[in-house]
Amino acid sequence: MKNFKKMVPLALAMTLAFAVTACGKKADSKEAGEGTNAGGEKAVVYRTLDEIKESGTINIGVFSDKNPFGYIDENGDYQGYDVYFANRIGEDLGVKINFVSTEAANRIEYLETGKVDVILANFTVTKERAEKVDFALPYMNVALGVVSPESKVIESLDNWNPKDEMIVISGTTAEPFLIENYPNIPLQKYDSYATAKNAMENGNGVAWANDNTEVIAFALQNKGYTVGIPSLGSQDTIAPAVSKGNETLLNWINEEIKSLGNEKFFHANYEATLVDTYGLEFEDSLVVEGGQVQ
Amino acid sequence: MPDLGLEILLKGSNMIRLLGGLWVALKISLISVAISIPIGILLGALMTWKNPITKIVLRLYLEFIRIMPQLVLLFLVYFGTTKAFGWDLSGETAAILVFTLWGTAEMSDLVRGALISIPKHQYESSEALGLSKVQTYLYIIIPQAVRRLIPLSINLITRMIKTTSLILMIGVVEVLKVAQQMIEANRMSSPNGAFGIYLAVFILYFIACWPISMLAKHLEMKWR
Repeated sequence: MKNFKKMVPLALAMTLAFAVTACGKKADSKEAGEGTNAGGEKAVVYRTLDEIKESGTINIGVFSDKNPFGYIDENGDYQGYDVYFANRIGEDLGVKINFVSTEAANRIEYLETGKVDVILANFTVTKERAEKVDFALPYMNVALGVVSPESKVIESLDNWNPKDEMIVISGTTAEPFLIENYPNIPLQKYDSYATAKNAMENGNGVAWANDNTEVIAFALQNKGYTVGIPSLGSQDTIAPAVSKGNETLLNWINEEIKSLGNEKFFHANYEATLVDTYGLEFEDSLVVEGGQVQ
Repeated sequence: MPDLGLEILLKGSNMIRLLGGLWVALKISLISVAISIPIGILLGALMTWKNPITKIVLRLYLEFIRIMPQLVLLFLVYFGTTKAFGWDLSGETAAILVFTLWGTAEMSDLVRGALISIPKHQYESSEALGLSKVQTYLYIIIPQAVRRLIPLSINLITRMIKTTSLILMIGVVEVLKVAQQMIEANRMSSPNGAFGIYLAVFILYFIACWPISMLAKHLEMKWR
């Protein structure tokens, strides 16, 4: 036990040393978008377009539990909007696809280590992420939406009656957006989707703001509600991502997205995978065709 | 009976997929258990040595593994080794490696604890009876230590089986991930699916861990 007391600082020192070296390496690899191997020489983590073609298989990271974007059906096959596009990429490259099940929290690590070639997992383009991975052209829009009862549809947030309250779920992007841009709208905050839904059905608030895909799906599943504002605030996009610096693959995907625009591929994709959830009405506002945001 | 969405389990190959996920979880945890128990016993015995160098090294190893959350270890081994050394470990290999490192560290400490808990007079009495050092350990110390070790190591083994639910973060699709996939795939058609599927997962984990608990109970009775 006497020894143990001496050990504590030692163990701490070692952990610290380990953490420092780990961080050092991370910073290193971020700089060039490349990993550093043990010898200290730069190693390319990603596979170029030719290397992927040669190997005959492309590794694509998708969600396996985000219906209707990436999920697994009862036969164990990957399905969804992202997967539909992934299948087309595999077909046009002439390679087999190895789908890798990713989580929201590890998508960047997968690209930084080259363990997948492309991420097609409902990946919203943000500045922070663009520092670590390379985004291709977008293939879908995301924004906020507002749903309200059909009896009193809210189509604009200007001239808001200060007695009316807006329902939001804490932690979603709707909350900071409304506080910043519409400070005069009183918010009713709920912790979960289920409680917010109850509040909406009980008429506690006049409208509900959330991701537009979510409110659209809600209005379709629950009679008596309409999405008065289908897209609000900053338009974000969803795009494929590749490892930082993998230009050959990035250029190929960009060209692919442009040429797929000619045949209205993403509209066909929407009609095959998303129409059950969102209906035909929102096809043009959600789909980005040929990489061109309207 | 309330709607639990159990019909999801009967759709397509869902039940087989769920069992396949359980197999992945059990395979990884049991391989790790099989490797960590013998090595852990060896290291645990070494930890009771008076040699300061082995003491420091083993202590550091144990503290490092004990302080680090398993999730961090999984990320370090799966993604970290690729960044640092360019190794491309598969998710399952990385998982077995982490679980073995963890299991060995904890097992060695359990063994150390069991060995030093044997009172000093047991050693002295056996010496007074004229037993050699090897005989002391073989007939007096180890049988008593093993008995103390059983409930503790069963805790560790079942904990290792249950902690496999973290390996979905490194892309290994095990039973919990399959369950989440099934719940989400049927979000619209069976909104209550989460109850039924998680109930099924609970039963599967129970079936996996119960025999181990029974074995432990049996051994404890036998060696009383």
